[in-house]
Amino acid sequence: MSVLKVEDLSASYRKNKVLSDVNFNVKPGSLTGIIGPNGAGKSTLLKVMLELHPSLSGKVSFFDSTLAKTKRRVGYVPQRGSVDWDFPTNALDVVLMGLYGKIGWFKWPSKQDKELALEALAQMGMADYADRQISQLSGGQQQRVFLARALVQDADLYFMDEPLVGVDAATETAIMTTLKRLKSAGKTVMVVHHDLLTVEDYFDHVMLLNRTIVEYGKTDEVFTKDNVQKTYGGSLRWMKEA
Amino acid sequence: MSYEGWILLTAALVGISCGVMGVFLILRRMAMMADAISHTVLLGIVTAYLITRELSGWHMLVGAIIAGLLTAVFVQWLHSLGVQQDASIGVVFTTLFAIGVIMIATKTGNVHLDVQHALMGEITFVPWQTMEIPLLGEVPQATFILSIVLAIVLVMILAFYKEWKITTFDAALAASLGIPVMLMHYVFMTLVSITTVASFDAVGAIMVVAMLITPAAAAYLWTDKLSIMLVLSAVFGVLSAIGGYYIASWIDTSISGSMAFATGILFLISFIGSPRHGFISRYIRPVTLAKE
Repeated sequence: MSVLKVEDLSASYRKNKVLSDVNFNVKPGSLTGIIGPNGAGKSTLLKVMLELHPSLSGKVSFFDSTLAKTKRRVGYVPQRGSVDWDFPTNALDVVLMGLYGKIGWFKWPSKQDKELALEALAQMGMADYADRQISQLSGGQQQRVFLARALVQDADLYFMDEPLVGVDAATETAIMTTLKRLKSAGKTVMVVHHDLLTVEDYFDHVMLLNRTIVEYGKTDEVFTKDNVQKTYGGSLRWMKEA
Repeated sequence: MSYEGWILLTAALVGISCGVMGVFLILRRMAMMADAISHTVLLGIVTAYLITRELSGWHMLVGAIIAGLLTAVFVQWLHSLGVQQDASIGVVFTTLFAIGVIMIATKTGNVHLDVQHALMGEITFVPWQTMEIPLLGEVPQATFILSIVLAIVLVMILAFYKEWKITTFDAALAASLGIPVMLMHYVFMTLVSITTVASFDAVGAIMVVAMLITPAAAAYLWTDKLSIMLVLSAVFGVLSAIGGYYIASWIDTSISGSMAFATGILFLISFIGSPRHGFISRYIRPVTLAKE
């Protein structure tokens, strides 16, 4: 069975073609880091696969089916900066939003839903902040709330857009522990990542992306000096030499 | 009910419906869109009149919904072609509004429909245009239509409360959960349109923007909870509508102008005095919580 299969995908952003000829097949239970320079199309790739951004061509199948039929099994963590943290709501409420699809139309979150959300917050070490207004949380805490919201969805495949950007060390550890736990529970996770130094520690698979896929495979096979330089261009110094 | 009673009731209905819609307008960062729609509904009203030759509230409501949706669609379309959001709003609404003004000036003749009236409204005329409602008897038409619109707005907001909340806070997540974000956007624009046109008679196109935006902006300063913000905004809307009426009769001036003025005063009080985000509390309260 294939978790996610992408064939001949291409997309443009404001008339610039940012993705072309993207083909890959994701192994179930893998934890993939998507890396590439700014403007490589990492976020766009996630959005196109989730049909949040139009594609020009190509086919994306989830669990050998379409996204529409498997939406419940796919979770998405947008970039933290994509929402207004001054929105009048608290942490628990944001986590509950992860359940809105499951709760369905015309129904309000039940007591059970709230317990699920609290549990997810607790897993991210945020139980004490459930009632906290979201603008009163630090960047790392906000990111943990986003992760809790993804956990509560109980999806089988997760896409996360830069969850480790601008967070404190404790949050980074908490998030990585969570991602590894998801992986050992058999879930598949794809993470847009920016820190080349931690790629080998964090991810068992790596996708090197620069408007098309440069390489995709097991980290120890694919994450080499040559491949990274091919992805980022000659300007990047290979940190292992430094 | 007395003449003054009808006016106050009408004003209060405007306050509640505009207050509730205004909260989502602000949180969706669409204040400019409200301004746009409040002007383009004029075109809808005139067109409805020219087609039906009737000056009834219902025809205007339909005309306004179409005009409001057209505005939303055109703005979206221009934006998708690469024009900036605020620029596309500016282009669309001034053009549609101008067509409306030209049509009023050249086609409607001496009917009771003039630019001055459309822009400023005239709540003092409301109690004179009545209609017969079973059980209730003679009711001013504008008041009746406003009640229906308020009912629609409240039912739509409550029935889809969590969907409004999530599409407002995080549209990308909402879409990934299978919530029809675009459809909800257009439904929302429809609600803004009907609220605007129903409030038209009472306050007019320019002041309705004040009623939509300012009470909600004031409520935003007092609370961190969406449900409370909605209630507060509605209360502020009613307070400024009624307060504005009394200010106007006290100094004998424009009622809609006074209502807008009253929203401004409420906002000023909130801006200075609110315990959380107020001007004073910023100086008194020591900074304990460092935000990132």
